[in-house]
Amino acid sequence: MPEKNVTLSLKGCVRGAMMCVPVFPGIIALGAVFGTVAAQKGLTFLETLMINSLVFAGASQFVAMEVYDDPLTWGTLVAMVGVTGAVNMRMLLIGASLRPWLGKVPAYKTYPALYLLTDLNWLLALSEYGKGERDWGIYLGSGLIVWSVWSLSVIPGYFAGSLISDPKAFGLDVVLPAFFAALLVPLWKGRRQTVSWLAAGVVAALTWYLVGGYWSIFTGALAGAFAGAYLDD
Amino acid sequence: MTDAAFSADRMFVLAVLSMALFTYALRAGGYWIMGRLPITPRVRRGLESLPGAIIVSTVLPIVLQGGLAVGLCLVVAAAVQVRLRKEYVAVFAAAAAAAGLRAAGL
Repeated sequence: MPEKNVTLSLKGCVRGAMMCVPVFPGIIALGAVFGTVAAQKGLTFLETLMINSLVFAGASQFVAMEVYDDPLTWGTLVAMVGVTGAVNMRMLLIGASLRPWLGKVPAYKTYPALYLLTDLNWLLALSEYGKGERDWGIYLGSGLIVWSVWSLSVIPGYFAGSLISDPKAFGLDVVLPAFFAALLVPLWKGRRQTVSWLAAGVVAALTWYLVGGYWSIFTGALAGAFAGAYLDD
Repeated sequence: MTDAAFSADRMFVLAVLSMALFTYALRAGGYWIMGRLPITPRVRRGLESLPGAIIVSTVLPIVLQGGLAVGLCLVVAAAVQVRLRKEYVAVFAAAAAAAGLRAAGL
């Protein structure tokens, strides 16, 4: 199969950004809730903006705020960094899977762009890659828009905690998982996916029951990848 | 005036920078390692299996935690997607289903 050239275009960036629009309500609600949590924990506005925009990894920020205590001691600092790492361990895997695509792009472009890596823009980009897309603007554009929306969404939450008093009542908490479930559908091709997803599901559920927390994403993903790799056609 | 909106605690800044750096190391680390390993057909198949495996491993604990209502909403999303292949319709249908189920007290 002839391999298409990897390109980068503004059109691709815009298309990647537009693909994120359906999940804006989910991102904004989650970011606003984070702003509220940060305000309740006594962070200053600047501190809230910093943690939200620099760390840029939703679930891990929430877990780190669980650990946070004012005044911040060295022990707590290490714990915050530790839980952040544990929750974000899956990024090793998702970054690895971009290699066949972004590996053809110069390192001085890819390494800054990897800062924008999230589950969301990664999934969007890879589902387009699966359809034959090679314009990595899909990844870049979606990453930039998600970062921008996420960075802004924390502000109303910080100043008006009760703005969205109950995201659940509007179904906003299912927006991101529903988007992921929708992205899963076109990924199914046959037996390899069935086996891989079953392996991932069983291991993730077991990990969730036994260990709890966010480890299940990492262990389930590894199990699914191994199952997919070792199932010969 | 240590609590002014635009002030930041030095320890907190250190914590944020460490968290950001660690997270970036994970974001870039897997990509970096794969540049140093040969991508055999088996490795490629493993990497190609990752998106689905990650979605399943991310979503399943959310369903286990969220219970029947969340599970049903995701079924709605998947069903809409199977029929229409339009992510935004799937997401909207799932959110509407969640709002409806919760209003019904589920």
